[in-house]
Amino acid sequence: MLQILRSDKTIRWTLVGFFVLAIAGNFMPAWVQNNLMFGLARGLAVLGLMVLWRTGLISFGHALYFGIGAYAVALVDKHLGVSDIFLRLAFAMGAAAMVGFALGFILRKYRSIFFAMLSLAFSMVLYGILVKVEALGSTDGFSVSATSILGWTPESKYTLFCAIIVACAAAACMVQYYLKTGLGALTTAIRDNELRVEYLGYSVSKAIHFKYIISAGLAGASGAMMAMALGQVDPDSMVNWTVSGELVFITVMAGPGSVIAPFIGGVVFEFLRTYAFELAPHAWQLIVGGTLLAIIFFLPMGLWSLLERIWVRKGSSS
Amino acid sequence: MQLLITILLDGLTYASYLFIVSVGLTIVFGVLKILNVAHGAFYAWGAYAAAYAITYAADMEYSDWIGFVCIFLAAALVGLVLGMIIERVILRHMYAQDEVLIALATFGIFLILEDVILLVFGVNPYFAYQPMALLGRVPMGGISRDVYSFTLMALACVVAFSCWWGLTKTKWGKLISVVIYDREISQAMGINVSMVYLIVFVIGAGLGALGGAYVAPTLSVAPGFGIDVIVLSFAVVVIGGMGSIPGALIGALMVGILRAVAVHKMPELELFVVFAVMATVLIIRPEGLFAPAKARTI
Amino acid sequence: MRKQFAYKALRSAAIASAVAAAAMTGATAQAKDTIKVGVVSFLTGPAAGPFGVPGKNGAELIIDAINNGELPAPYNTKGFAGATMDPVYTDEAGGNSKQVAEYRNLVEKQNVDALIGYISSGSCMAMAPVAEELQKLTIMSVCGTPRLFEEKLRSVVFRTQGNAVGDSIAAARYMTEKFPDLKTYTGINQNYAWGQDSWKFYSLAMEKLDPASKASSNPQFPKIFSGQYSAEISTLSLDKAEVVHSSFWDGDIEAFVLQALVRGFFEDKKFVSVVGASAVDSLGKKFPKGVVMGTRGPYGLLTRFDRSRPLNNWFVDAYKTRYGVYPTGPSYQYAKAVLYYKLGMDKAAAMAGGFPTQDQVIAALKGMEFESFGGSVKMALGGGHQAIHEVGYGITTWDKEKKAPSATDVKFYSAECINPPEGTLAADWLAQGMPGAKC
Repeated sequence: MLQILRSDKTIRWTLVGFFVLAIAGNFMPAWVQNNLMFGLARGLAVLGLMVLWRTGLISFGHALYFGIGAYAVALVDKHLGVSDIFLRLAFAMGAAAMVGFALGFILRKYRSIFFAMLSLAFSMVLYGILVKVEALGSTDGFSVSATSILGWTPESKYTLFCAIIVACAAAACMVQYYLKTGLGALTTAIRDNELRVEYLGYSVSKAIHFKYIISAGLAGASGAMMAMALGQVDPDSMVNWTVSGELVFITVMAGPGSVIAPFIGGVVFEFLRTYAFELAPHAWQLIVGGTLLAIIFFLPMGLWSLLERIWVRKGSSS
Repeated sequence: MQLLITILLDGLTYASYLFIVSVGLTIVFGVLKILNVAHGAFYAWGAYAAAYAITYAADMEYSDWIGFVCIFLAAALVGLVLGMIIERVILRHMYAQDEVLIALATFGIFLILEDVILLVFGVNPYFAYQPMALLGRVPMGGISRDVYSFTLMALACVVAFSCWWGLTKTKWGKLISVVIYDREISQAMGINVSMVYLIVFVIGAGLGALGGAYVAPTLSVAPGFGIDVIVLSFAVVVIGGMGSIPGALIGALMVGILRAVAVHKMPELELFVVFAVMATVLIIRPEGLFAPAKARTI
Repeated sequence: MRKQFAYKALRSAAIASAVAAAAMTGATAQAKDTIKVGVVSFLTGPAAGPFGVPGKNGAELIIDAINNGELPAPYNTKGFAGATMDPVYTDEAGGNSKQVAEYRNLVEKQNVDALIGYISSGSCMAMAPVAEELQKLTIMSVCGTPRLFEEKLRSVVFRTQGNAVGDSIAAARYMTEKFPDLKTYTGINQNYAWGQDSWKFYSLAMEKLDPASKASSNPQFPKIFSGQYSAEISTLSLDKAEVVHSSFWDGDIEAFVLQALVRGFFEDKKFVSVVGASAVDSLGKKFPKGVVMGTRGPYGLLTRFDRSRPLNNWFVDAYKTRYGVYPTGPSYQYAKAVLYYKLGMDKAAAMAGGFPTQDQVIAALKGMEFESFGGSVKMALGGGHQAIHEVGYGITTWDKEKKAPSATDVKFYSAECINPPEGTLAADWLAQGMPGAKC
């Protein structure tokens, strides 16, 4: 494993990139830090969606796990007073992965639009419960108290910022490692020809199930980080179908090219939305929707492919 | 007994509304293989256009019956204009793409159309109650009910019948079935597939707009109108089988009546039941209750 | 090329952090020509038309007037402690989490000096913890859930609008006085803080005021903004209860009234609407007569043609001239919050002898009593952060002479008659039978 870590260029650059970002974060104004936190946290869920997308599956219901992660943090905070970041993350990821494991038995048999629709149905079931049950906060949701680390409650948000960066870096490296080895490498192969993969002696449904659990866990972590960074959870901005739509949007915008792409996509989306909202409070959806269409038409492989192109041109010219 | 009648009528009213809204979605999916998220925007545009026309007619002090003309004209206009623009300018270039990616593109279109509504019609709500008020009420099952919701049921029947008749008894309907079965061969046979797609999409958009236009008199037509409708109509279409018209009818009836039961007996479950049914049907019969026959492509 | 970019990025980051630092130290009493204030209301979504935009208009009108010193005396000093307000209008739609993100942007990116606004109780509950975290003065203008100050005392959050307790107790008092024979009641309220609290306090108050009254076992709680109430109206119609209580607002009240009206609902049931006056204005002659209607304070429908005072007359005239319609509840409520902020700034400036710091402004705002448009407001609860004021109800009718909706049998209840004393939770006060209520 160390061998791979040392030899893999992506992992090396990911670690360097996140390290630089963590240092730079200290000098950034609070709002940039905030938007970076939101963007990176969302990037975790997008990373999971990308793993699925590489096998040709797009889930229109990952707000389910995003929401479970976020609400897990809010509920353990409210009822058990848990404020520790590790415990909160553990609850969130555990809950999301467990639900993902259970639903995975059903979903692994589905492909394309049916997979998307069934995911959507599951996420809307959760939404339907949350908005109507008063004990779960109905449409208001809950506030989340400040996050502590091993008994220490930091003064500034910078600590949480670093924690999110560490989580993102770890997730990116682990996913990269996973995609390079064993079952993880069976992504594009499954998308291109399932039958052939089966003939090679691998179980496609098991591979998909495993990827689904990974993506569920990542989305849970993402929701948890979001809840901690924002200090608030609610069904309309965390579980409704538009949230799933946004996550898929970022996935497509980022492109499947690299494990770093989801984080770049998440951050770009966050800034796009912030500025669109500030410049045109009446037409920010128009700007976001227009961007989405433009990406689908002109950059089908996402922002990452744009970066790659620039990279390659630079490399050849110098 | 009273309760039973009330639940049944409430359910049928809601089911009729759901059917009219979702039938366009299922037709478009059946033919173009597009899961059209922008359908919710057609619904909203239909409602806005109708409400605008009805309030205008009321201000001009025309007879209230004009309202019904407004509804159908508005729906046709929205379907034609928006349907044509979106199919010709955007979707036509996307048919080769992955289904889910096209769905995402329609999500983008939906976001854009939502905001264009704000820019065109403003944020103030429209009240176009004249057609509903005109028809008055009847006592039934111990309580009063509005006659307008019965006309909604009638409209649902008319739409269902015309769709069935149009698809099975007319030349165009047969052409459509051929295109559904195999796009490439029908093109090779000289069918103008591009034209069929355009017409079907315009009809689908028009039906979505009709749904919005016809319920506009019962509502406060305000921004953010189309968001909940999308997932509801998805549920209906998925339950019945994507692409199936009888399926949409059954799906609408199931969702409508179950929701009515929930509102009367267990209000907390009102939203939950809709999607629980959707998930259950997908688990038991992924293709929906009335899946249309599928051509094997391998 | 890349080097240059990196340099630029670094420089702009350095400038941005310097600006942020300057904004922080600017909290000392350094005189300012302009202050930036975030004004948050619904600009999109179903609540924009009936609440958000009238609210924003009310704020806009009075901010311009204060900036130019055009308010009638004694409010005719120019500006806020001499500074001109530069408002940043922001949308409240899109869910609480999005609002929290926007709140952070307003404070940390746009460096606003204070925030005024918020209509939904959901927004207020979600914004209060962030306001406390960022220590930014926030004056909430419309929302009504009592949980805001009953759950916790807040240091930088104020609310110039009385809460749902007063609205609900006033409704119950009005019903028991004017319709003592109607003993059974049910309700339809939105399923979130405002709707749940409104129903809870209305039924608690009914229990105490008329022990013979009886609540239905099947009150309805549809999701906010659902718009279609056909089945709910059937349920309420089948219910034997004579009175239907509702705290519906935004577009939901209009949709409900339209759907219920055509079914003769208002002839069969006595409808009590806590905050539906916006629908009376927008539906005009169409709105059913005989509905018990509240306005959450001395303004709008109930007091349109009386309460003649210089400030009130100026507001109604200026609003009608500028926007072509009469101001509704939210217009007054936003204007009231802005006025309160001005009074706080001016008072703090006088006390400090210079441009006040936020702490000085907060000290000035705390527990203030001031004359608003239609009546006086006392910041009496929540440690001087929560307003109480009179609340009235009336019965809707159509004024043939003025060709405008109007109300009969209007009765106002004083603030002390419908609010618990400071330090007592509303539910406990009701359970004890409202001791000390001055009516």
